[in-house]
Amino acid sequence: MAAVKTAPLPAPPETTGTDPEADLAWRFLHYMFLMREVEDRIERKLYRQGKIVGGVYSGRGQEAIPVGVGLTAEPEDVLFPSHRDLALYFIRGVHPREVFAQYMGRVGGLTRGKDGNMHMGDMKRRLVAIISSIGASLPVAAGAALALKYRGSRNIAYVFFGDGATSRGDFHEGINFAAVQKLPLVLVCNNNQYAYSTPLELQMACANVADRGPGYGIPAEIVDGNDAFAVYHAARRAAEHARRGLGPYLIECKTFRMSGHSAHDAAEYVPKHLFEEWAAKDPILRMESLMLERGWADRRDLDALYASLRQQIDEAIEWAENSPYPDPSELTANVYEAS
Amino acid sequence: MLVTYLEAIRQGIWEEMERDPDVFLLGEDVGVYGGPFKISKGMLEHFGARRVIDTPLAEAAIAGAAIGAALMGLRPIAEIQYADFLSCAFDQIVNFAAKCRYRWGAAVPMVVRAPCGGGVHAGPFHSQCNEAWFVHTPGLKVVMPATPHDAKGLIKASIRDNDPVIYFEHKALYRRIKQEIPEGDYTVPIGPAAVVREGRDLSIITYGAMVWVAQEVADTLDQEGVSVEIVDVRTLLPLDEATILASVRKTSRVLVLHEATLTGGVGGEIAARIAEKAFDCLDAPVVRVAAPDTPVPFSPPLEEAFLPNAAKVLEKARWLLAY
Repeated sequence: MAAVKTAPLPAPPETTGTDPEADLAWRFLHYMFLMREVEDRIERKLYRQGKIVGGVYSGRGQEAIPVGVGLTAEPEDVLFPSHRDLALYFIRGVHPREVFAQYMGRVGGLTRGKDGNMHMGDMKRRLVAIISSIGASLPVAAGAALALKYRGSRNIAYVFFGDGATSRGDFHEGINFAAVQKLPLVLVCNNNQYAYSTPLELQMACANVADRGPGYGIPAEIVDGNDAFAVYHAARRAAEHARRGLGPYLIECKTFRMSGHSAHDAAEYVPKHLFEEWAAKDPILRMESLMLERGWADRRDLDALYASLRQQIDEAIEWAENSPYPDPSELTANVYEAS
Repeated sequence: MLVTYLEAIRQGIWEEMERDPDVFLLGEDVGVYGGPFKISKGMLEHFGARRVIDTPLAEAAIAGAAIGAALMGLRPIAEIQYADFLSCAFDQIVNFAAKCRYRWGAAVPMVVRAPCGGGVHAGPFHSQCNEAWFVHTPGLKVVMPATPHDAKGLIKASIRDNDPVIYFEHKALYRRIKQEIPEGDYTVPIGPAAVVREGRDLSIITYGAMVWVAQEVADTLDQEGVSVEIVDVRTLLPLDEATILASVRKTSRVLVLHEATLTGGVGGEIAARIAEKAFDCLDAPVVRVAAPDTPVPFSPPLEEAFLPNAAKVLEKARWLLAY
């Protein structure tokens, strides 16, 4: 993969050691804001300026899920992000400029222009790239978990998917296999209530994705997907269960997709009042309120964080725009291992 | 050592599992039962349930789990009980496994084993030669051995390869074909075709069980003073164009033979390459002999009518020689 020139990666402040909860809140806010701002730039600026090649799938309003879960993972745990989990990449040390370059089809992107948008991975960082057939990651994640168990590792795999994915046969096959083999796998459902234009009631006849857990003989719980602390604690329970060799654990994060399916989709099929109701539950606003209320931050601290991240994002976009397009000679490279 | 085709595959897997602790086997009924064809007989007892994994009846899970384990550096051998059921794992194989290296530089060193082929009266869902589905997928390698020697050498090479390999093994050859093979470790590289019979007058380009049909035809024509060359392609993707073209240049008459159905088959690709690159050497049109474009029928007279055999090949060969 492209060697990226070293530059300071936007990272949350070092722990102050005074209040672990406050430290956690700062980390949540840092990654949620970073994800929101990077995706806003991609969707609302660069895409509209014609600088983005292909589709844009954002996780607006759903940032607490990858952030809350991602911060429970140990560095050697394997992550299988879905397409609304950008924060997982930042938590694993991917620089925003690699993400911008990825979206622009440049050599500086994680796939060097071989694939676009959220289709990116890097085994060195234990991030596995999704494919477009939603839900296909589940059996593969079970296989990664199998490999960890095979080697006697204490590490686990985390797989992320949406409500739509739960209708796929691969979802069933993957969970069932992981459950039978008691594999160390955390299953994270982002239930944002729409799969493209299809609402939940046309997706499944049961009330909750978590209701399916008992059918596989695995624990499952429902969590407020817009509350990073709640997601984090649920993910801790799930990870602990998996690490102890007790098998997979399903978390259903209830949230809402505060955008269309992708940048070209105005989501006119979504009743307006739902957007209004869920805007009030925005995970970033909620985290800010909590931090102000608890005295973990004041308004100036927050503004300083945002200004610093925005500046780093500006620089990242500039870097990506200066990253070259791949040379056509790369077309036939890496279909197979070079002999 | 005189072994059957089946025993050769079994030995290859066994030796690789002894050699490399990262190699393991997963699939339906491969453990306690030893596999429906007894390829993995005794492996569970010897290697244990950690390395010989009986899976649920779920081909996407088998292929997907193999991909995930391979991404983590293990070397899984995924057995799909019949090649016909590869359809259930298709997305995992053609979209996930085949494209990882190209998209994001991740190696998927897995082998998918698929017992294929007809002649065993097993009907439309236990008889197909569906290799062309995968030959049309860049990123995969596709092999189909015809002999015990190649079966063992190619399974070992496939296991050691760092790209996903679909290994088609022909059911009708399992116990029918015996051959002397070297003692101990050897591999047959993925890629090169083999000239398994040298001749001057006609080339038969073929693979899998049809290599033996070609031999029968060559024996018959030999008695009539016609010398047939047989190229066993062995690896279908990537295709060893050089060996095929060299044979064409030598004999100038070519018959392409496979058990899979005609339209969209590998034979079409071989014929096209010959037409593009050796047209000026040809004394006659390239002829294909393949199964007709129907599902594989069940009843013996129908299946016999479906499968290419020596009589059908002889008829076309004689036409070609008289051209």
